[in-house]
Parts: sequence; C-alpha cells; structure tokens
Amino acid sequence: MKILVGIKRAVDYNVRVRVKSDGSGVETDGVKMSVNPFDEIALEEALRLKEAGKADEVIVVSIGPGDVQQQLRTGLAMGADRAIQVEAGDTLQPLTVAQVFKALAEREGAGIVFLGKQAIDDDSNQVGQMTAALWGRPQATFASKVSLNGETATVTREVDAGLETIEIDLPAVITSDLRLNEPRFVKLPDIMKAKRKPLDVIALDELGGVVGVAPEAGHHAPPEPRGRGIMVDDTAALVAELKNRGLV
Amino acid sequence: MSLPDAEREIMEYDVVVVGAGPAGLACALRLKQLDADLMVAVIEKASEVGAHILSGAVIEPGPLDELVPGWRDAPPPICVPVEKDEFWYLGKASRRKLPTPPQQNNHGNFIVSLGATCQWLADKAEAAGVDIFPGFAASDIHFTDEGAVGGVIIGDMGVDLAGEPKDSYVQGIEIHARTTVLGEGCRGHLSKQLIRRFELDADSDPQTYAIGMKELWKVAPGKSTPGLVQHTLGWPLDSDIYGGSFIYHLDEDRIALGYVCGLDYADPDFVPFEAFQQFKHHPMVRELIEGGEIISSGARALVEGGFQSLPKVEMPGAVLIGDAAGLLNVPKIKGTHQALRSGMLAAGHIAEKGAAEGFDARLRASPVMAELKKVRNIRPGFNKGLWRGLLTAAIETLTGGALPRTLRNHADHEELEKRAEFNPPEREWGPRELPPRDRLASVYFAATEHDEDQPVHLKILEPDVCTERCTEEYGNPCTRFCPAAVYEMVEDEGGRRLQINAANCVHCKTCDIKDPYQIINWVTPEGGAGPNYQNL
Ligand SMILES: Cc1cc2nc3c(=O)[nH]c(=O)nc-3n(C[C@H](O)[C@H](O)[C@H](O)COP(=O)(O)OP(=O)(O)OC[C@H]3O[C@@H](n4cnc5c(N)ncnc54)[C@H](O)[C@@H]3O)c2cc1C
Ligand code: SF4
Repeated sequence: MKILVGIKRAVDYNVRVRVKSDGSGVETDGVKMSVNPFDEIALEEALRLKEAGKADEVIVVSIGPGDVQQQLRTGLAMGADRAIQVEAGDTLQPLTVAQVFKALAEREGAGIVFLGKQAIDDDSNQVGQMTAALWGRPQATFASKVSLNGETATVTREVDAGLETIEIDLPAVITSDLRLNEPRFVKLPDIMKAKRKPLDVIALDELGGVVGVAPEAGHHAPPEPRGRGIMVDDTAALVAELKNRGLV
Repeated sequence: MSLPDAEREIMEYDVVVVGAGPAGLACALRLKQLDADLMVAVIEKASEVGAHILSGAVIEPGPLDELVPGWRDAPPPICVPVEKDEFWYLGKASRRKLPTPPQQNNHGNFIVSLGATCQWLADKAEAAGVDIFPGFAASDIHFTDEGAVGGVIIGDMGVDLAGEPKDSYVQGIEIHARTTVLGEGCRGHLSKQLIRRFELDADSDPQTYAIGMKELWKVAPGKSTPGLVQHTLGWPLDSDIYGGSFIYHLDEDRIALGYVCGLDYADPDFVPFEAFQQFKHHPMVRELIEGGEIISSGARALVEGGFQSLPKVEMPGAVLIGDAAGLLNVPKIKGTHQALRSGMLAAGHIAEKGAAEGFDARLRASPVMAELKKVRNIRPGFNKGLWRGLLTAAIETLTGGALPRTLRNHADHEELEKRAEFNPPEREWGPRELPPRDRLASVYFAATEHDEDQPVHLKILEPDVCTERCTEEYGNPCTRFCPAAVYEMVEDEGGRRLQINAANCVHCKTCDIKDPYQIINWVTPEGGAGPNYQNL
C-alpha cells in the first residue's frame, strides 16, 4: 500500500508573525520556514506504519514554487521514499489543493492520503475533508490514534466531547491531530541519503481536472496592541475605575 | 546517566568546519573552489544558517570580492552602501559631534544583515558541493589515538532533563576528518576546551571580550536615512566603562540599533541590558524609533583582545579561524572581513598542505595579523577610562601603531570588583517607556526556543559558591549581566538557590566569560535550539 503525505511549507511556529506594513500579507522575508507541524505528524505516522510492515511506500507531496523542495527534502530525510513537487504559485485555495491530492491519489493508487488537520498559517482545516469528498472515499479527521487492519482502518478522533473511535474502509483520507505522535529527529546521515532520493516535479495543469481558483487577497492587520495598564491602590479604586469605564 | 552505550555512527570527510558564520563558510567555499574533490562538511547549531548570527554590520567588502567575484551584481538580501559617517559624544540629553576616527571611516563599505549574508553565502557553498548541516551542534571533539583532533561528535537528541533517553532519542554521530576547522565565533565552546588542552594561550595575554546587544527596528516612514552610519560614546555609560552604540540606517524604513559594553567593567551591579535600553531614550535615538516596532533582537559577545591575546591558531589536526581565534578589529568594531580572510587563508593552507601544521605562522605573516598589530594598543588604552583611551587612540593612530610598546590585556572576570569595595557612580538613568519592558520581553523578539525537557546547558561547576560566596561578595552578578534573564536567585522550600531558565538563553556566552569564579560552563544544547534571529 502507498501512503501519500501532504507537506506544506509554512512560517515556523516559533516565529513571531508580523503583518507587512502595507497590509498585503504576512512578512516572510528573512523568516524561517518549516514543515507545517501537523504534516510532520502525519508523515511520522505514515513512516511508523511502513516500519510496522503495514505500508510499502511513503510519498511526500508539496504544492508550490521551488522553495517547497526544501521541506520535501526534510520529509525525505525523515524517511519518505520519494517526493513530488506540484509546481504552482504560493497562494492556493484549499479546493485547488484538494483537487491535486485527489488527482495524485488516483494516479498513484494510494491507500491512504495522510494530511495534517490544518496548516498553522491560514488555519483553514478544509483540505482533508474536500479531498475525501472529491475522491469519493471515507475520511477520518483529527486522528490521535491509527491502526490498520487490512481493508479497513480504526481511527481514534479528537472531538469536542472527547475521543471517538471509528472504523473506515480504505482507501481513505486521514488527518492528524497534535497528540497522534511525536515526530522523530532527522539524523545527519539521512540528510545525505535524502539528497539521492527521487524528487519529481509535476506542473499543476498536468494533473487533469485541476482548476486554479484565483484567490483575492483581502486586507491583513495585526491585532490592536494592548494599551498601558494603570495601578490602583485598593479594591475600591479598582471597582470605581471599572464602573467609570462602564465595564461593571 | 544511562544513555545507550552503542558505538556511534561515523561519517568521514576531508575537512569538517564547526560553525556556519562568515569564517566557516568562507573556508568551506574556498576549499571547494581550490579542490572540488575535497569532501567538506559544515556543522551549525542554529536551526538554519544565520539564525544564531548577530552582528552590526558594516562590512569591508574586500575579502568578499575575493571570495565571490561579481557579488555586487547579486548582493545579499540586505545590503546598503554606506553614504555617511557620524560620530557623537552623548550627555543625558545633549550631544556633540566628534571628528570621525579614521578607523570608523566607512566610505566604500556596506551595511548588511550578517545573518542574511551568511544564508546567502551558505547557498553558494552548497552549490559548490559543501555539505551544510544546520540544526546540529558539535558538542565534543573526537580525538585520534595519537591525541590529535580527529573530528567532532554531534550532540545527542532526545535526552530528558535528567539525562535519560526519551522515546525520540537519537545518538549523535561522529564526523571524522583529516582537518577540523573551528569557526565557532566568539568564545567557542569547543575552541575553549582545545585552547586549554593544547595550551594554545601559553604565550599570549588573556582573551578579552565585550557584550553586544542589538535590535532591528521598523521605524516610521522617513525616519531612516539609508546608508547613514552613526556611532556614539558617552552617556549612558560613565567614563570607566568602555562602550558605545551603533545606529545603522537600512532601507525599507529599517534601523539596526546596538550597544556594546566591554566586559572588563568593574561595577558588580552594572546591567548592560539596562545601559542599552537607557541609550534608546536619548532624544537623538528616541526620535528615530518612537512609533516604530522591533522586528528582532538579541545579544552576542564580541572578542576584543586582538593582537596580544591571539592564541596559537593551530594544534594537531585543527585550526582556529575568525572570532573563535579572536581576529576582530576593535577600533573598527569589525570582524567579518577578518573572519572571511582567515577562513580563506585556512582553506588555502589545508588545500595545499592537507594538514593544520604551519597555519599559525601563515596567519601571523598575513595582512590579517598586520591589521591587528597596527591597532593593538587602542583598546587596552581605554583600561584607564574613556579620556585616556581616546588620547591613546589618537597617538596610536597618528603613529600607525609603530611605537615600540604593547599594552597588556587582563582577564575580564578578574576585573569585577566586590560590592563592599566598589563605589557606584551616579549614572543619571531615568525611567523607560520604549519597548521592550524588560529582558524577558526582549527574549520574545529573539524567538529563542529550547525544549525544556533536556539537560540544562549552563553547567554550574560549584553551586555552593553561588548561594554563599558569590551572594556575599558580588551579589550574584549573573542575574544582571545575562541579557536574557536566564539566572534568577529564588527562595523556596529548599532555601535560597540559583534558578537557571535555560530555555531563554540566546547563546551570547557572556556568563561563561564574566562570571568572577569561572564556574559557569556553557555547553551546546540540543541541535537547532536557541534564538531564531531574523535579519540580525
Ligand atoms: C553587536 C555586534 C556588532 C558587530 N558589528 C560588526 C560590524 O559592524 N562589522 C563587522 O565586520 N563585524 C561586526 N561584528 C563582528 C562580527 O559579527 C564577527 O567578527 C563575525 O561574525 C565573526 O565571524 P565568525 O564566523 O568567526 O563567527 P560567528 O559569526 O559568531 O559564527 C559562528 C557560528 O558558529 C556556530 N557555532 C558555534 N559553536 C558551534 C558548535 N559547537 N556547533 C555548531 N555550531 C556552532 C554559531 O551558531 C554561529 O552560527 C559585530 C559583532 C557584534 C556582536
Ligand atoms: S545564559 Fe549565558 S549565554 Fe545564555 S543568554 Fe545568558 S549570558 Fe548569554
């Protein structure tokens, strides 16, 4: 069985995100970029399934300009067998991304399309669900535990009320939640091995059925900075001040 | 400790370089230019190249012309030609223009982000076939059976606070190489061990240092004058402390602002971070930055000992280059051109001889050393205060360093005076309003990150000294000189103890240098940990 893992290049989670002064987007100049953490978890799970003999091949996929090859190489160094870059601009709508995954899933005959539940940059949380719908296959989102039993998968999902365990037929889409696993450290010699693993580049329009939806950039603004605090002497003064401001 | 005792995996290279700073990258790239068949690896502890680099930086372009011919046609991402130099003496609210000292004449130089420049240089080195490994710390030296340096050992990953392996544990590998090049920058952690082991400093003065703090600001439109280079002396420092500021005006409404204080200061209660923040409130600076925002900030020690403190730069199997050797030119406050030059020189030597032997003589006969010799008395001249220092500087500059004298350097940690013996000066420091509020708020702009469940990387060799002798004699100065508030004295059930907030550390190395008892040992944390500087 083949597992297709989606890898998005996103601003690193440690970076303090700043909005460009003209409001046209988020500053990425000189900013550290990494693999979206949820995708890293998805890849880790796929690798563990392969290591347990439940899958034969792990393929990492990223959609975007040449820069995304850096994140694909990280995926290969973690242990993926090969990589596919789908050449595209860097603003993509979830629907386009889902169409790409659906097309690739069919082309590769994937058993699982493993994705992060969302990307930490735009927090859309849509691609997994859309991919399943377009592909006409089951989905198990927010996975915190996955086990494969031949034709089906048992997946524990993190839902608002707690945990929910479902069984789905394969092929299917699974999206990872934070607690699914702790991704491995890349080993130094594996970085060298990754350089020799295949990385194919496919043009977006080569994947039949993909329509590019041109997104329109709205306005970006940082949250209002917190104003200066004041010190009050006692509880009475605090209450008075709150009343004064119409807060109580 | 019960870490698995398995044989470490080994990778073989011709040359392994520790540190992807200007020195290490220049060495690696030049090696490939000279001999494309050489296998060269560069190990970098930052999560990506440049993320631990903090500099001014106005650079002299000469060595870059040599290393990357034609670079001016495709310069690093931030690169503004210097248009004008200004040199100011500050009072609390006043300022007086001084003649720009010749060493500070920056005509023909460029203002860059050294971090961004290193990334740009790393791309070129990789394209030339160098294997660069960011995210891995060289934590130990591998010695050959003969006792020579035979490469480095990469730190283990996934070890918990108590030193036990976690599920994610990965043993670090050994990288063996015929020659190891130490380009760790100021107060390198491996360099320090090797200087001691091979007694490389037996014939030189003690090394001396400064702490440099920097903030990159996005200022209100029109406030920045691209290409303007300003330096100040005077307030907020009293004339007994050597130091001053730099204000480098970049393009796109950005200003790089920094403050440097010599670590030979005597006042046990001095807080370098506070001096920097006070400086920002001088009307001249405040006017520039008020209404702007900080993009990134951090701190890093600089090496100041120069000519008389330069250790022997070779040992069996290894060489020291750049700031790890101590090649910064203090009157110029520039070390990048020296780092690049020494890196290229080491590459030429290694490509030719295949060994470290002879590099010390080669470096000492080179322009790198001639430059340091000329200015050797300027920095120690300031040991007697600002005014005597300026006088010495003038004399030494006029004579081009030809006077037959060499002023001596003294170890910084020995210069700290005990509280009971020190008379604190009146500094006229006022309340502050500009961000960051305090050191913790400043750490936030360094985006520093360490997994808290790992061994503390600041080793206190004798914890009892902290709670007893040091408290009494110096009042725990580590709680003040650390720019990231890593050290805190706390009282809890267990009594009074030193708490180390290691996760905040920005790898500046000040504590390792200035601690008066020399009982703080900075070691490498897990690879990839530490600050994530953005264009510093
Ligand atoms: C505040 C300040 C202002 C300055 N202004 C200027 C200026 O205007 N012009 C100028 O020319 N110079 C300036 N300098 C000096 C200049 O930055 C240095 O001389 C120069 O960076 C030295 O280069 P290097 O390669 O020797 O070391 P560094 O630049 O310090 O690089 C060392 C690299 O090695 C890595 N490293 C260290 N130890 C290990 C290890 N054990 N394992 C793995 N990686 C490791 C570090 O993370 C770092 O990336 C300034 C310095 C400071 C601090
Ligand atoms: S703990 Fe030491 S190295 Fe780390 S930031 Fe503080 S002074 Fe610098």
